[in-house]
Amino acid sequence: MRSGVIAQKVGMTRIFNDAGEHVPVTVLKVDNCQVVAHRTLEKNGYTAVQLGVGQAKPQNTTRALRGHFAVAKVEPKRKMAEFRVEETDLIPVGAELTVDHFVVGQFVDVTGTSIGKGFAGGMKRHNFGGLRATHGVSVSHRSIGSTGGRQDPGKTFKNKKMPGHMGHETVTTQNLKVVLTDVERGLIAVEGAVPGNKGGWIIVADAVKKKLPDAAPKPGKFRLPGAEASSEPAADVAPATEAAAEENV
Amino acid sequence: MVDIIRELDIEQVAKLSEVRAIPDFQPGDTVIVNVKVKEGERTRVQAYEGVVIARNGGGINESFTVRKISYGEGVERVFPLYSPNIDSLKVVRRGKVRRAKLYYLRDRRGKSARIAERQDKNAGSRKKGAAPVAAE
Repeated sequence: MRSGVIAQKVGMTRIFNDAGEHVPVTVLKVDNCQVVAHRTLEKNGYTAVQLGVGQAKPQNTTRALRGHFAVAKVEPKRKMAEFRVEETDLIPVGAELTVDHFVVGQFVDVTGTSIGKGFAGGMKRHNFGGLRATHGVSVSHRSIGSTGGRQDPGKTFKNKKMPGHMGHETVTTQNLKVVLTDVERGLIAVEGAVPGNKGGWIIVADAVKKKLPDAAPKPGKFRLPGAEASSEPAADVAPATEAAAEENV
Repeated sequence: MVDIIRELDIEQVAKLSEVRAIPDFQPGDTVIVNVKVKEGERTRVQAYEGVVIARNGGGINESFTVRKISYGEGVERVFPLYSPNIDSLKVVRRGKVRRAKLYYLRDRRGKSARIAERQDKNAGSRKKGAAPVAAE
């Protein structure tokens, strides 16, 4: 399993492809996504990479976190997340993941926090039908109706669908196709909608239910601080399009 | 963040207008839209001529509605302005109308559904009117 990236939802637009079809896309921005730490089998019992994204003000970062970032020699991050990976797919600490980590045409799963709806009634929350508009119904047109039996069973069963808080929960949308990647601006466009508000944090990872294309770089596409872009951690240095890696140090 | 979307849209509009220039037209104008039709493997171009009764949206999302009477039946088609499926777009006749959406044409037939031709006294339409003055 490869690592994913943390992105921010920018918004939706449309793209006309070469076939003349229009594709509705959600644009995601990956801003300075770096590896902050490793989780190893010996130390933590599992293997993962911890990524951080964005820029946080150092004065607003706790001392403990500042120390954590200092160990990795990265600037304070706004958002962090862990990705479980195979031991062979570990990406060195400090490396900045670029959006061509994902190849155009591959499928990804995106995880975000859905838009909060507050305290919602049964019709909105569970698609209840509500009561009739006429025939003697008064005041309770959108009510939920009956919630159970009579003396037997004498209670309302657990997990009965009722009004309550809706939205603002973690939602994963599977199998969205990557339509476009823009390395310079750090943009990924995926076909279709992505859960959450604009500006919300989105975790993008390879689709678990689709085969990863062979063209996808392993263990990932990244650039090391003070080095050119490379897909392999050790050697195989490809000429970088831009030597912007310096800014991370 | 919103600016990124706007930037992407502007880039795409520029790219698509480079391939096919879009003439200046307004509701009330009669246009010929040459549409690419895909038949199995090959594509051919089909002309669709009618009156523009509306323009909707803006930027990359702009679309226009063309109405014509086909075999006595009113037909309306909505085209995305920047659709690559439009081979070319030609303005045949400019119409003089007083509103932006000509939906009233749907209730009319024959003589009352005519649109007077626009006589451009001030050398061209809104956009064209400004250009020659600036040039001279």
